[in-house]
Amino acid sequence: MAHLLFLVFSVFSAVCAAGIVLSRNSVNAAMFLLLSLLGIAGLFVSLDAFLLAFLLLLVYAGAVVALFVFIVMLLDTGGGTSPARSLVAKLAGLVALALIAAGLGSFALRGRLAAPGAAGIPAVGASLKAYAYQLFTLYLLPVEIVGFLLLITMIGVIVLSRKEEGNP
Amino acid sequence: MDVFLNLPVLVQVALKGLAVICVMFPIAGACSMAERKVSAWIQSRPGPNRTILPVFRWVPVVGPFLQKLGAFQLAADGLKFLFKEEIVPGQVNRLYFILAPVIAMIPALSTVTFVPFGASIDHAGRVFPLMLANVDVGLLAVFAVASLGIYSIILAGWASNSKYPFLGAMRASAQLVSYELSLTLSVLPVFLWINAPGTAGTMSLAKAVEFQSQAGFWGGAWFIITMPVSALVFIIALFAETNRQPFDMPESESDLVGGFHTEYGAFKWALFFVAEYSNMIVGSGVFVLLFLGGWNPIPWVSLATLAGWLGIAGHPVLVGAISILIFIGKILAMLFFFMWVRWTVPRFRYDQVMEIGWKKLLPLAIANLVVYAIGIALIQK
Amino acid sequence: MAVVPLQRKPLTFAERTYLPQIAAGLWTTLRHLVKPAETLQYPEQRPAIPPGYRGAPTLVRDPNGREKCVSCQLCEFVCPPKAIRISPGAVPEGSGRDHVEKGPLAFDIDMLRCIYCGLCEEVCPEEAIFLQNQYSMSGVTRAEMVNHKDKLLEMGGTLPDRHFKWDRKKAAEEAGGAHH
Ligand code: SF4
Ligand code: SF4
Repeated sequence: MAHLLFLVFSVFSAVCAAGIVLSRNSVNAAMFLLLSLLGIAGLFVSLDAFLLAFLLLLVYAGAVVALFVFIVMLLDTGGGTSPARSLVAKLAGLVALALIAAGLGSFALRGRLAAPGAAGIPAVGASLKAYAYQLFTLYLLPVEIVGFLLLITMIGVIVLSRKEEGNP
Repeated sequence: MDVFLNLPVLVQVALKGLAVICVMFPIAGACSMAERKVSAWIQSRPGPNRTILPVFRWVPVVGPFLQKLGAFQLAADGLKFLFKEEIVPGQVNRLYFILAPVIAMIPALSTVTFVPFGASIDHAGRVFPLMLANVDVGLLAVFAVASLGIYSIILAGWASNSKYPFLGAMRASAQLVSYELSLTLSVLPVFLWINAPGTAGTMSLAKAVEFQSQAGFWGGAWFIITMPVSALVFIIALFAETNRQPFDMPESESDLVGGFHTEYGAFKWALFFVAEYSNMIVGSGVFVLLFLGGWNPIPWVSLATLAGWLGIAGHPVLVGAISILIFIGKILAMLFFFMWVRWTVPRFRYDQVMEIGWKKLLPLAIANLVVYAIGIALIQK
Repeated sequence: MAVVPLQRKPLTFAERTYLPQIAAGLWTTLRHLVKPAETLQYPEQRPAIPPGYRGAPTLVRDPNGREKCVSCQLCEFVCPPKAIRISPGAVPEGSGRDHVEKGPLAFDIDMLRCIYCGLCEEVCPEEAIFLQNQYSMSGVTRAEMVNHKDKLLEMGGTLPDRHFKWDRKKAAEEAGGAHH
């Protein structure tokens, strides 16, 4: 049962992720992103990490992707042809593809991930308290840094969106 | 109960889902009827009181009573929605246009599963909540799944490919995102208080009720008494989140025709309606659980005490039924409050909605959180 | 135009929270909620029609049961939407109305055109046409909505003479004052 669920959810997320990249219409892409996130939330649930699943839903599906869709609708970029890409961009794309292929290939060919046994991983995602404890002790610095980053972004947005005096 | 638990998991899940649908649809329908009746009474008119099935015309007292109450109007409305022609306007994006009301149903029906709707006392005297999915993160799950409801509105507005729905969807998404913050912040003091040091951390709604049913003055006080500001912020944000007047910007009839559902008709429109009411029901349920003592009859009298008075403490089924009745009664009172406010307070202007949300409610929620955090830290040490 | 500067008091803090006002409003609506309905259940209960109400125009008879209209066609002429159509004709012998020259052979009022202005009532020299208290007219064809003479007379019934115009005139004549 658990394996089946894992398979279903992971294939679902992967297919939707492919859909994000491949779809021309940006609303479709955003919807695929949402579905992919739902799949990942499903994965978390099947791992008993309810908290992470619901946080993912609340933050990403509920707010971030909603804002994406919001902006996509505001700009009204309904499909259309993608602009012609320059040679550099194409080359960069090729390099990225090659890197991904190499990475995946190395996993497939000689991948032996030295994963600790499942029992060795502390189940901090499952319990609310353990999660919060870890967040505010072990991972306090990253949390603070990310928070600071968000603050900078917010200030930046406010500064950028303010109209110049006398020149509205 | 054992028969049910012995069924295969999938069958159980399907049965639970069916139960939710069978309960929520009629309740939402009844709410729409109640809404019309309450609005009528507030406006000093009788409201719908004509429709009657011919069979009932000869039932002496009950028939006319149901007719006066508009019970058959409800059935007539429902049938009308079922049999109306499903029109899909030509200019819409068909896929998303049809998908939007369906998506609206997902959070509307699935959040119910996380809400405990009653409690019972087993033979050992322990109180256990009755709910469909008992997860530790209760409230978070409700918030998370409910936040998906925004997509139905955005998609409906976008797919309709017309101005009014689009404006409605814009307003809705901005409003929902703005008030979600205050909503979440306002419940934090409650859980700070519940999760005292040394106890297992939880976001479960049943735990919140358990906390309001302890003995003693502070133990038995409902959170609306101990945390009135939280309750106030929560209820205001709830009004905004469920798009109810005075915050029904997304569908304000006077300037947006019907808002995001302008282009909808027949059953698809009815689905939006059901979704709105079930969101209201779940929202009221959460409010009742968090601030109004859940299934405890009155402040300082817990369900167990009541069961003791009535002498039914030994009958789990009876106690469960009474607790469900109390809980549903409170939810109905909340729903009435929703309607009452709707027919009293005029709609805010859109910029006022934003100003209230960001400049008043959010600072208030944050200040409230800080004050209570300090207070709780001092008390619980 | 004189400009009167209004001194608006700044809102107090309580007013700016909206809450006391909302509570007061809730109290008001609650009182309305428990008040009995103020509406009428229309087909069963009918509103009381006050005198002077301008309902459908009708033709009336005098207290002796005679038609009053003399087919002068003033009302037809004055009617703004041209809702009235009259075919004048001779008054039949022995109808009790031999003293008048003409009477309407046909008298139609198209209620789809009538705007209930009451000008016909106002202009009528014979006080033969009155807007009375019928307000509920319905029909499924246009033809049904045209009131013919029979119907008009039936709807009008007999009205007591209000002004006794002819009585006065007669009395004046008998008194020898050949005023007219
Ligand atoms: S009420 Fe006015 S519109 Fe109607 S018939 Fe008389 S004059 Fe014509
Ligand atoms: S109703 Fe009066 S105004 Fe009209 S034709 Fe007859 S007498 Fe003349």
